[in-house]
Amino acid sequence: MEENLLEVKNLKKYFKTKKGLLYAVDDLNFTIKKGETLGLVGESGCGKSTAGRAILRLHEPTSGHVIYEGKDITKYNSSELKNIRKKMQIVFQDPYSSLNPRLSVSEIIAEPLYVNKIYKSKIENENRIREVMDIVGLEERLINSYPHELDGGRRQRIGIARAISLQPEFIVMDEPVSALDVCIQAQILNLMNELQEKFGLTYLFISHNLSVVKHVSDRIAVMYLGRIVELAESDKIFKKPLHPYTQALLSAIPIPKVNISREKIILEGDVPSPINPPPGCRFYGRCRFRQNECKKEIPELREIDENHFVACRLL
Amino acid sequence: MNDQKNLLSIKNLTIHYKTGGNIVHAVDNLDLDLGHGETLGFVGETGAGKTTTALGIMGLIPNPPGKIINGQVFFKGEDLLKKKHKEMRSIRGKEIAMIFQDPMTSLDPVMNVGDQIAEMIRIHEQITKDKALEKAEVMLETVGIRKDRSKDYPHQFSGGMKQRVGIAIALACNPKLIIADEPTTALDVTIQAQVLELMKSLKEKYDTSMILITHDLGIVAEICDKVAIMYAGNVVEYSDKNSLYLNPLHPYTNGLFQSIPDIEKDVDKLNTIKGLAPDPTNLPKGCTFHPRCPKALPVCSEKKPDNVMVEPNHYVKCFLYN
Amino acid sequence: MSESKVSNKSNVKRQTQLGEVWTRLKKNKLAMTGVLIIIIMAIIAIFADFIAPYDYAEQNLSSSLQFPSKSHIFGTDEFGRDIFSRLIFGSRISLAVGFIAVGIAVIIGGILGSVAGFYGGVIDNFIMRCMDVLLSIPPILLSIAILAALGPGLMNLMIATGISAIPGYARIVRASVLSIKEQEFVEAARAVGSTDIRIIIKHIIPNCLAPLMVQATLGMASAILTAAGLSFIGLGIQPPTPEWGAMLSGGRGFIRDYPYITFFPGLAIAMTIFGLNVLGDGLRDALDPKLKN
Repeated sequence: MEENLLEVKNLKKYFKTKKGLLYAVDDLNFTIKKGETLGLVGESGCGKSTAGRAILRLHEPTSGHVIYEGKDITKYNSSELKNIRKKMQIVFQDPYSSLNPRLSVSEIIAEPLYVNKIYKSKIENENRIREVMDIVGLEERLINSYPHELDGGRRQRIGIARAISLQPEFIVMDEPVSALDVCIQAQILNLMNELQEKFGLTYLFISHNLSVVKHVSDRIAVMYLGRIVELAESDKIFKKPLHPYTQALLSAIPIPKVNISREKIILEGDVPSPINPPPGCRFYGRCRFRQNECKKEIPELREIDENHFVACRLL
Repeated sequence: MNDQKNLLSIKNLTIHYKTGGNIVHAVDNLDLDLGHGETLGFVGETGAGKTTTALGIMGLIPNPPGKIINGQVFFKGEDLLKKKHKEMRSIRGKEIAMIFQDPMTSLDPVMNVGDQIAEMIRIHEQITKDKALEKAEVMLETVGIRKDRSKDYPHQFSGGMKQRVGIAIALACNPKLIIADEPTTALDVTIQAQVLELMKSLKEKYDTSMILITHDLGIVAEICDKVAIMYAGNVVEYSDKNSLYLNPLHPYTNGLFQSIPDIEKDVDKLNTIKGLAPDPTNLPKGCTFHPRCPKALPVCSEKKPDNVMVEPNHYVKCFLYN
Repeated sequence: MSESKVSNKSNVKRQTQLGEVWTRLKKNKLAMTGVLIIIIMAIIAIFADFIAPYDYAEQNLSSSLQFPSKSHIFGTDEFGRDIFSRLIFGSRISLAVGFIAVGIAVIIGGILGSVAGFYGGVIDNFIMRCMDVLLSIPPILLSIAILAALGPGLMNLMIATGISAIPGYARIVRASVLSIKEQEFVEAARAVGSTDIRIIIKHIIPNCLAPLMVQATLGMASAILTAAGLSFIGLGIQPPTPEWGAMLSGGRGFIRDYPYITFFPGLAIAMTIFGLNVLGDGLRDALDPKLKN
């Protein structure tokens, strides 16, 4: 359990835009242990999805290292990359656009097997498809259906089936339940949990929904404008958030309960543009506790408490 | 009945859609009441018929394929479904206004926001363009946007700001009732908090009633007085907020609450409602929820349950409480 | 109504996607008229030898310029050739020109468009600027220029009409590739290790076939028209090979006294174009997989 499966070091991903450099992911550092779920939360545009894709090299990182089982995969050539992708998979947010509408369920699930030439015979291939469908709870009769005939929950199950068909060790879950209704969302979350226990999977769980992240994650990293501002065990973050942004974010979650009293921190303004951000703390413009000093340099992620990292110079 | 007391009272509303030979039972015998100054949370999953009900109140059901089969919608004691098109046009926007889900598409991209608000005012009030623009600027400030931005176009605003403009348009004619269709679903949490806070304060300031359509029970807990839980075209539970949150009665409502991960508690497995929402072209006989219901009785598959008042102001359609 | 879409549709009878398209197309009466016209034309073209009462080149000067009668139901032309037989053999040429010219345009245009759209950047710029150059020349002039260089003849006619249609297809394919490659399923394919070629063939091309097929059907109509036009001015099919456009052209000197010589080829062209056009429109609606019912 203590062994690090994945280590992300100084990961950066910048995009060139007409207005200037877009700092989508700016100096990300974290580790994920084997069998653990790390939650990556943040608002839209904070770079969490880009981070997930840069780790899998679906976006080529601008700089930095992604070390998987001790090996730096950012240096891999395309054939080594193809091999490592059997171990690292991704589940996408939108169960509509992430499935090719022209392929049937079995063709979608078979694609990874086919591309990586896992099985020699057609029968083995077909058996594996049925097995995987059974694992994710898709009825066998759906094997020749097309995605548009199915509801969002089933479609997301297809996406998960595609990801696990190669028996990966690590899966990036990119907002896997955001497009689903609560009941279906709960079913999918339970499925992910089961799979993790059954196959010892490691997840990077990306979401903007804090209650969902809390439910699935062992540790949580909070991102703001391309940087991690706080990283700790999920209980710790929820009980004692230290970064002013985390505090505001937590207080903004609508809780489906009455008769609870809690302080609401309403942040001013909008998330600023990640294009050419000003120097200093990215959160400066909206922070309740800002001081002039904060404008000078970007605060580093420091261990404030045991295993509780915060990037704020006020602590 | 107590039509005088209620601002809005819907009786037996039934709306069908025709698609390729099938009839979609979008709204099925729906009853609902809303008092003056009250906020009603209208909760349900995709396809439950929330938006259709709202469009039905506004008289905006696209026909064809949609059709109001039956029912009455009393607004200030008058049946809106009996109104002529012209009368409805003067009610829409002036008496009943709508806030839409997607602020990116609900504003006209080629018209500046000041003009868009002023247009709404000029449709319903006989005033000059300058006066309307002046009023539009006041509205912008009310929703927290500097008035010098009234000449800006929608794409120059962020999502949250656009939704504020949407709110300003809805409030421009000081309507009695606002229907907000998932107004914060497209927004980030911190922005959602801002917009909800704004809606709460404006609602009090203008003393408007509001129907808030949402799938998020958390939002309802924050700003609503009453809650209606909708399932397969029908309100299955209708109650004061506190009564419903402290003592949810209908098995579907219970299932909904248990599906939401609790921030304060750790559980390994969420309790979910088994199965899927029914096909609206082929609703189950009897109680539409019975195939998924963990507590279903034999009678549930035979008869439709009636509305039962279990506590004061707490109604539920379920045989468990007969 | 999007609200009604989330239904349990999994227990429907299994159908291939082509079958589904066909089911939807069958509901469209106008499109089915088109299908019928095209099928009849195809049958006529294939079995021309058996249907035609006379040989298309058989001259009989003694019975020239006869009005429609029992022995020559569409009459005869100035050389006494049976117009009905010539029309029937002419359908071969016209349909072949339509199919092959569009085939050339679809294949070349499709490849250029998908490469441009998929790789973007310099390649995209280069290909699309070349297409712009082609587009900036009026298509009929371009065809005339190509034919003038290659010389008249059936094959050259098809090449000329095909080339002038390439830019249109390249643009359509590029536009749909651009939107499809942003979809997550393309990224998903990359995440499981698919190669670029596999992604283009398996994921991108099938998804831009719909607009391409619609355009091809409509394009076939305009290819037949262009070919007819080129034959009309004498650059296309050479006599005595019967081609509808050439027949129109041949009859134009007699239009006052013997209008049927131009009327029947004109009608044949109009019918075929109509059939292809309504079929194209019908296909556009039937091919959208998201458009159920």
